[in-house]
Amino acid sequence: MIEIISWLIPLPPLLAFGLIVLFANRSNRASHTLGIGAMLISWALAMSVFISAVSGGELPVSTEVEWLPTGDTAFNIGTWIDPLTAVTLFFVAWTMLAIFVYSVGYHNYGNARDPEDRPGFPPQAGGIEPMYARFFAFISLFAFAMLALVVTDNLLVLFVGWEIMGFCSYLLIGFWYGKDSAKAAMVKAFMTTRVGDVFLLLGLAYLYSLTGTLTYSEILLNAETLERLATTPSVLGPGTSAAALIALLFFIGTVGKAAQWPLHTWLPDAMEGPTPVSAMIHAAAMVSAGIYLILRIFPLITAGWRHGEPLPDVMVIIAFIGAFTALFAASLAIGQNDIKRVLAYSTISQLGYMVAAVGMGAFVAAAFHLITHAFFKALLFLGSGSVIHGVEHGAHESGEHIDPNDMTHMGGLRKKMPLTFWTFLIGGLTLAGFPIVTAGFWSKDEILAEAYGTNHLAIFIVLALAALLTAFYTMRQITLTFLGEPRSKAAEHAIESKWTMTAPLAMLALFSLTIGWAGIPKGFPVLSSFIPNWVHEFVGATLLEPVESLEFNVIPLLVSVGVALGGLLIGYLMYRRQEAGAPDPLARLGRVYVWIQNKYYFDELYDFLFVRPLYWIAETFVYRGLDRRVIDGTLHGVAGLAGRLGGFLRNKIDLPIVNASGDLVGEGIKTAGFEGRVIQTGRVQAYLIVGIIFAGAMLSYIFFLS
Amino acid sequence: MIEDYLLSLILFTPILVGLLTLLIPRERVAAIRWFAFLGSLIPLALSIYMWLAYDPGQPGFQFQVQRDWYPAIGASYRLGVDGISVVLVLLATLLTPISILISWNIKDRVRTYMALFLLLETGMLGVFLTLDLVLFFLFWEIGLVPMYFLINQWGSEKGTREVGGREIPARNYASLKFLILTMAGSLGLLLAISLIGVVAGTFDIVEITRIWSALDQPLALLGVPIGVPIEVVKAVAFWAFVIAFAVKVPIWPFHTWLPDAHTEAPTAGSMILAGVLLKLGAYGFLRLVLPLYPAEARDFAWVLALLATISIVMGAFAAWGQQDFKRLVAYSSVNHMGFVVLGIAAAFFAAGTLSADDAVFAVNGAVLQMFNHGLSAAGMFLLVGVIYDRTHTRDLAAYGGLFSLAPIFGGILIFTSMASLGLPGLNGFVSEFLVVRGAWPIYTFYTVLSMLGLLVTGIYVLKGIRGTLHGPLNEKYADTPIEINRREIIAIAPLMVLMLSIGVWPSWIVKVFNETVMRLVGA
Repeated sequence: MIEIISWLIPLPPLLAFGLIVLFANRSNRASHTLGIGAMLISWALAMSVFISAVSGGELPVSTEVEWLPTGDTAFNIGTWIDPLTAVTLFFVAWTMLAIFVYSVGYHNYGNARDPEDRPGFPPQAGGIEPMYARFFAFISLFAFAMLALVVTDNLLVLFVGWEIMGFCSYLLIGFWYGKDSAKAAMVKAFMTTRVGDVFLLLGLAYLYSLTGTLTYSEILLNAETLERLATTPSVLGPGTSAAALIALLFFIGTVGKAAQWPLHTWLPDAMEGPTPVSAMIHAAAMVSAGIYLILRIFPLITAGWRHGEPLPDVMVIIAFIGAFTALFAASLAIGQNDIKRVLAYSTISQLGYMVAAVGMGAFVAAAFHLITHAFFKALLFLGSGSVIHGVEHGAHESGEHIDPNDMTHMGGLRKKMPLTFWTFLIGGLTLAGFPIVTAGFWSKDEILAEAYGTNHLAIFIVLALAALLTAFYTMRQITLTFLGEPRSKAAEHAIESKWTMTAPLAMLALFSLTIGWAGIPKGFPVLSSFIPNWVHEFVGATLLEPVESLEFNVIPLLVSVGVALGGLLIGYLMYRRQEAGAPDPLARLGRVYVWIQNKYYFDELYDFLFVRPLYWIAETFVYRGLDRRVIDGTLHGVAGLAGRLGGFLRNKIDLPIVNASGDLVGEGIKTAGFEGRVIQTGRVQAYLIVGIIFAGAMLSYIFFLS
Repeated sequence: MIEDYLLSLILFTPILVGLLTLLIPRERVAAIRWFAFLGSLIPLALSIYMWLAYDPGQPGFQFQVQRDWYPAIGASYRLGVDGISVVLVLLATLLTPISILISWNIKDRVRTYMALFLLLETGMLGVFLTLDLVLFFLFWEIGLVPMYFLINQWGSEKGTREVGGREIPARNYASLKFLILTMAGSLGLLLAISLIGVVAGTFDIVEITRIWSALDQPLALLGVPIGVPIEVVKAVAFWAFVIAFAVKVPIWPFHTWLPDAHTEAPTAGSMILAGVLLKLGAYGFLRLVLPLYPAEARDFAWVLALLATISIVMGAFAAWGQQDFKRLVAYSSVNHMGFVVLGIAAAFFAAGTLSADDAVFAVNGAVLQMFNHGLSAAGMFLLVGVIYDRTHTRDLAAYGGLFSLAPIFGGILIFTSMASLGLPGLNGFVSEFLVVRGAWPIYTFYTVLSMLGLLVTGIYVLKGIRGTLHGPLNEKYADTPIEINRREIIAIAPLMVLMLSIGVWPSWIVKVFNETVMRLVGA
């Protein structure tokens, strides 16, 4: 039964996509009914799989069919339900369902279409989105890709889902394609992630050619294969094992998809898309897929490594990138004024935690943070969308022209939008890791505890610093947005959003508070005695050799509580009296603040280092230089030479020699005839004289010479 | 019964329909169009029948016909198909009706145009169907003539090209360049074919394949040894073949005829040119070079692999450097065909060795990539033609925001572009993955380099979409009907269905040629 259901999970949204595109593209009601209906079916199927998995059903469940025959063998595809699949399905299904429902309100369903609105631009005054049906088609396709990626049993289909999601995010980031900024952002997102994708593709080819398969069970759960990969030298030489190189190639894919440094630049720009899209990309699906991949290939990353041993190079690289990104992105988040951009950088930073955890070999901690993050980040994004919606309404009411995303124009929204405020507050505190009551605390604490417990002090310190910044920028955001007094007319006239938007917020807030209780570490004072560490037991069983949980240690706990509360406090104190038009208190940092505001000039740097030189290569070097000048030039040269050779043959050989000698014969005879005409006089006497002379000459010749 | 005549029917129906078209009065344009279109559906129906009746498991060529044709020189009329030719015949017979359907916008000398088009189809099919070298050459050359006139007479009217200080009309330049370069390549082909004929005493491909690679006697003319070692003869013939096919594919640096010819040709001409004619070269590599010269192929495979990689990378960069939408699509062919050649090069190296299993992947990928490129390139040219029809420009900077005026066109353009980009779920990905998988263990370094090409593929494909569809609406076209019409949708729909079905479930088509490929590379 579960086998069949696992096949069915991704299909309803795909069907919905097809139906909306082909038949329902003119009907708003039909399109969202199809979209949400399909998502609801997928959600129900996913929940049934989840429940059967957690209630002690036999795991893993797998099925497969032949997909592509090559040679004597065939590539099979199928589904695979193990604990990691089950928990991923759980958070993906819930968050996506929330996002689908939220989209109805976000795109102003129920309002009439504003005649001023144009397709390709966001609605200006609360009219329904002109491309409403198209939006539901796109997010349905997106949902299909994510669900397919989760339930599949092999890395190739995972890659298929991965890429289709990338394509959907391209379409959705550029949903308002008329805006130049969206037009640029969509291409940037697609291309930056594609840098990672081509490496991932190489990794797939490499792994496939070494093992003859890409199925999880035959590689990742096969100790023999792992052992062989770990001992085979890679194509780079004996220094690195094949397993390490493949893992690294895959990890570069994750760096692109999960927007880790140095491929992080696309994600903040991706905020050009409608807010539900931001939630989809940054919480439920796309970036989560990046982490899901490295969790999936965790046995490959750690092949040949035992817990407690020094980290091999590939894990050091992963841990370094993760920890560095966590701090780096958090430091950028503190200087943003766009409410969504803060969250974008925050996402990059939080994903850095998970990557760092994988790098340290902390599988369960990474998975746990992935789950909690999906809920609270979806909540925050959807909450910010609700805020923007409210402020846009206020701006329209008051006739004020401001950027509705800019937090410096907000303030005091807690009274105007209480539901949004409370849920956003819950989300924010969860992100900051507010102790005990929020899920973020438990999952982030687990990563910090792992870093500390396995003696990776450098990582521990970096992540703790990042946590401090996280708490700070979260409180800065909450304070600027909701607390204090309104700093603009728009904020004064803001109103609470519709139920279709706030109900998903409430649901996500509930999860943000409760989900963490499933992973209370063993040995935690009081609580752990009556709540078991379910996450560790369940998710940890994904691996061939389940890892032992660490001894409880109070130091990381205290640090974690300290930075969370400290950061929140500083943020509140610094921004609670922020006046309209006043400079940001951080401006006192001087040049550092300028650098932060300019994102450390990474965009400019990449433009200078890659985009422009490569375009120069394309346009000037390859096309104009090589093709037009060198190759075509050679061809024209040869043609010219042939032409000149022909000319030479004609003018120097043909005309003077061949033609001339031919002409000479003809002309000579003509001339001779013409000249000889004089003797053709017609007078018999003259002929007779010639005859006599000739006969005389003949006779003399015969007579004298013979 | 029908099996005996099947291939002959497929081969000659087009030319027959073409001749009959000439009998229709010149001014009855609609009748000419419909007759040509419906007539071109006959070979399509027949080749679908052939595809269904073809048995992949049976070795050798199927539906064979053999008749005396030119016994004096040992050439015979011999046709036959294996898995590789089946799919290419299918591609050619599919793209011809679609191209004819898209040629409704040809208003000038429609009758001649259609007749030439159908003659072209016979030429292409002949190359895929024949098993005799003389006939192979004959059909190879026949294809050139109609294409020359299609570009020269019905090509784009605007544009000039400066050569040596003189301005000449671009379509004349392009058609001449196409003709001369291809002819230059086929000179060597003719020479090599004659040489083989003399040495082997027959032109029968099957027969030659059997005896040729085992030949080790010095070359003898009329029974007199002329002192040229057979290795030299083979090497000369090998390179003559390779250059002829390399020009046709085209492989860098023989490729510059392609962007000119594709850009200047009428829409349907570009579709056939990119969709089928380029495959003739790749087909030649697989049908003739690999079976006849296994040793030379193995020695020189690295050259081919290197040039393939350069084609992939340079083709992608050159496409990115274009402002002309059609030229961008044209260059994309260099990039995509590079993957075909990379797969073939891997097979050249690995056929018959221990890594023949990898070669199976590579050649399966190459053959599938041929078919896939046929679909996506034809589709892209069709769409470029549609938008050129409405706006009379190909300049990417001159469109802007057309998505809102033409949502259906936009959707189809994005779909087709993504197939061309190799988005998983659509056809291009499957074949590129197979090639990369097959080439990786054999030419690891080249495969890694070719990834740069794959990356830039993304850039130029998105550049095309971005230039036409996105951004603020160009007010100039606010009142122009841009949307694709029903006839054009019907024309591209089969291509889209195939792109999707191959992407989702590739086994239905790979099954056709998988076993042929295995026999070919000796796995």
